[in-house]
Amino acid sequence: MTQQEAPVRKITVACDVNGYPAEFLAAPHQSLLEALREAMGLTGTKEGCNDGNCGACTVALDGRIVDSCLVLAAEADGKRVDTIEGMAPPNGLHPLQQAFLEEAALQCGICTPGFLVAAKALLEREPEPDEHRIRLWLAGNLCRCTGYDKIVRAVQRASSEMSKPAPAGGA
Amino acid sequence: MPITLRAHTGGEARLEVPGATLRALVRNLDERCPGVRERLVHPDDPDRLMPGLAAVVDGEPTNMGLLTPLGEDSEVHFLPAIAGGA
Amino acid sequence: MTTTTDRPAQQFNVVGTRPIRHDGVDKVLGRAQYGADLKLPGLIHGAVLRSPHAHAVIKRVDAAKAAAAHGVFAVITGEDMPVSASELLDMGEEVTDLRWMSERIMARGKAVYKGHPVAAVAAVDQNAALEALKLIEVDYEPLPAVISLEDAMAPGAVVIHDDLVGDHLGEKARGTNVAEHTRIEFGDPDAAFEQAAHVLERTYTISRAHQGYIEPHSATAFWSPDGKLAVWTTTQAPFGVRSNLAQVLKLPVSAVKVTPMEIGGGFGGKIQLYLEPLAAVLSKKAARPVKMVMDRKSVFDATGPGPGGQVTVKMGVDANGAIVAATADIRYMAGAYPGSSISAASVGVFACYKVPNLRIDAYDVVINMSKTAAYRAPGTPQAAFASESLVSELCERIGMSPMDFHLLNAAEEGDRRPDGPIFPRVGNKACMEAIRDSAHFQSALQREGPDGKLRGRGMASGFWNGIGNRSSVTINVNDDGVVSLVEGNPDIGGTRATIAMQAAEILGLPAEDVHPAVVDTDAIGYNDLTAGSRTTYASGQAAIEAARLVVEEMKKRMALVWETDPENVEFENGVFRNKVAPDQRFAFKQAAGKLGQTGGPVAKTGSVNVRGSGGGSFAAHLVDVEVDPETGKTQVIRYTAAQDAGKAVHPSYVEGQFQGGAAQGVGWALNEEYYTDEDGVMLNSSFLDYRMPTALDLPMLDTIIVETPNANHPFGVRGIGETSIVPPAPAVANAIADAIGARLYQTPMNPARVMEALAAKRNGANGR
Repeated sequence: MTQQEAPVRKITVACDVNGYPAEFLAAPHQSLLEALREAMGLTGTKEGCNDGNCGACTVALDGRIVDSCLVLAAEADGKRVDTIEGMAPPNGLHPLQQAFLEEAALQCGICTPGFLVAAKALLEREPEPDEHRIRLWLAGNLCRCTGYDKIVRAVQRASSEMSKPAPAGGA
Repeated sequence: MPITLRAHTGGEARLEVPGATLRALVRNLDERCPGVRERLVHPDDPDRLMPGLAAVVDGEPTNMGLLTPLGEDSEVHFLPAIAGGA
Repeated sequence: MTTTTDRPAQQFNVVGTRPIRHDGVDKVLGRAQYGADLKLPGLIHGAVLRSPHAHAVIKRVDAAKAAAAHGVFAVITGEDMPVSASELLDMGEEVTDLRWMSERIMARGKAVYKGHPVAAVAAVDQNAALEALKLIEVDYEPLPAVISLEDAMAPGAVVIHDDLVGDHLGEKARGTNVAEHTRIEFGDPDAAFEQAAHVLERTYTISRAHQGYIEPHSATAFWSPDGKLAVWTTTQAPFGVRSNLAQVLKLPVSAVKVTPMEIGGGFGGKIQLYLEPLAAVLSKKAARPVKMVMDRKSVFDATGPGPGGQVTVKMGVDANGAIVAATADIRYMAGAYPGSSISAASVGVFACYKVPNLRIDAYDVVINMSKTAAYRAPGTPQAAFASESLVSELCERIGMSPMDFHLLNAAEEGDRRPDGPIFPRVGNKACMEAIRDSAHFQSALQREGPDGKLRGRGMASGFWNGIGNRSSVTINVNDDGVVSLVEGNPDIGGTRATIAMQAAEILGLPAEDVHPAVVDTDAIGYNDLTAGSRTTYASGQAAIEAARLVVEEMKKRMALVWETDPENVEFENGVFRNKVAPDQRFAFKQAAGKLGQTGGPVAKTGSVNVRGSGGGSFAAHLVDVEVDPETGKTQVIRYTAAQDAGKAVHPSYVEGQFQGGAAQGVGWALNEEYYTDEDGVMLNSSFLDYRMPTALDLPMLDTIIVETPNANHPFGVRGIGETSIVPPAPAVANAIADAIGARLYQTPMNPARVMEALAAKRNGANGR
């Protein structure tokens, strides 16, 4: 085995990840998914297919949800990336995370981060989507365990929790 | 008896055989139907069933192999274990 | 979400409630560590070179250039893998042959399925490993691929394994692709058919369908210079991986430690070895830990889907619609090595019915595609697609409602299962009655949908027996009265919660005060795999046993504190009391604080070998579909699943199992298949083209939990994970037939096949 100079020049990528500045070196071919998982240690974003068909790697890029396996790491330069690791407020859970627990909306849990990130983007745009709208929005995220029933119910539950007026004195 | 063993039992599908344990039953069965024991018992371990074979006693599979105790009117089935898995 | 129960309820405090699962917070935060998330000091990465041919002689493998490439630590080929002789191995729920397993993992001399590993590389990173694969030279001599039952079973067929010795009804057979032909027979079905008022026979074709877990396989191994092999893997069977690795790599079992990572779905497909031995041998060569993650295409190409095949069923009934005889001919394609669950299929094909005269022939057939694996109720959905479709068509012909037919013919306590054993108390009829009484069944179906779409309703029943087997659970009592529960079954769908809840019930604690942990194979007694619907049922019994031992020990400790005999100490609802001094009482938490000075820590292990499943779990499903006659597309618009859970420990996760199995069954029914070219190369090996149901493809899935207690479990629990995949495909088939007035005899019932059936109907063909 020989340890030579790596044959490809890496690119410096500077972006905002979950509200904090991040800087890393990316090979030109490297996906944002790989950079998040390998360079930044953010393994909450999952790889299910690496070809944009399962949604397990869903993150928000400048507020728009993307399959991070289909985005080059270099494309994140200067942008904001939101992953599952940035979803919960300090010392708490996002209402969607809480609703997924209450509704038993996960079994194996591998698709859960992708669903949560996608559902959060939906509720930020449309606070009270109907069942069909939820199903349509989440159709890019595959779950093999649940049959989606409890996932849809969890999103409905979070939607109604988030639409309630904040309790007096609450955060 | 599974079809695959009926050559040893003269074609009989059901036999009444005494035995307080599965091991004793197999011993007694072998006296009546010579050769059947070596189809039922593990070649290296006389307390174990042949790999690939399961015994169902009174409706439930055994978990003690040939040491399984039998009752007066116990019903024993020898079945192929579920193959798969490789 | 309904629960029906037929007995005065045993009183429970925890069992039957819906606490938040213990591992839930980690999973919604993205903190749970799945196989691919593992990082270790000095970790390097492996990749596999796979055969592009389904059947080919491997004439030469030259890995010299790859071994010398930048960043490469090790290269292995078939020559690096130990050779194994034929030996039957007990896999917990199934048996397999060591030799076939060994050859399947890495080809030696011949590739027998597309995707068959030929070589593997470990390199500094994934990219370097993939680049190095391109430098490995392999000369193949392609052979004709055997990819259908017809090819495989024809006289003069190309024989895939020259040395395969088939077992054909007890006779040894050579030069064959039929590894096994079995028969179950009782009564005289042929004579009974002669006497029957009505007889119907049909042949059905069922597609290969993949388990479709979202997490690809992954394994990391470190073979230490001291001879110990540590493996971190995403598996349903850590102890199975341990023993299989020991067998394949010729190691003592105790030299191998397997740490189960969080597992992203399995459904039976994560039991066999795939990457583990390759990572191990690479690690030995590289003297580094090696991580391997499979890509999705290889998951489809080279891991086991459930087998496809052909099932012919024949059923005769008397003038009242009572079954007088039934026969089945089941032919499954096992893939490149024997073993396709034909024996389970033989049990399941008619298990829902009383059949006085019966014959079931089953054939396990080898073809040049990846070795199939267990897939949720292995072998049974395929067989039930045939038998439950046949029942529905037979009912049409004799003018009897399928509900009446099921209720009349349902196997119950005392009836004989097709393979011989007699059913104990089971919930077969109870599930049907639950469906009959459901709002769904009672509602009238609006037969015309929007835009000329056609609606129909169908039902089907299903059975899976499940297993018990070996489990160990250890409970450690902490000073604060919270207990840790150590278990060895990977948690795929909430079993940390369901096992912990059963211990909590005995200990009088809330579920939250039992902290479950799934640990490695050195840290807990033997546990059989997470499969066979056994985990909640059997490991739950180990937890109950451990909790009882904890209570007994703590009674002795309280007797010391109260200076009385242990017999005087009783424990009820979480409180220890002195019977002779009723004011002396300690809640469990208070008592836990007294363990230090009364003899030290309390840590107890419950170990069980649970015999059988207690009769298995029956289900009945009802489905409404809407078929677009313009496109042939079928949409499921309403679904109700009823199944016997014995006693639902955590009803939400019981419902989840019913719903998840229903969704997989609907996928199998409508879309899922391996589409291959004539050389056996799968053409749809991505989630784009292998179309699993999305959220948009399904409606809400209503569930009815039926509770017919299981005498084999202290709380009456039944294993429930698998049955739910059995009824959906035939229920959907029956609903489509109801909608369009024509029958489909093949899965998937995709738009093209529905259009064909509609065209055939227009052209006056009836059925086939």
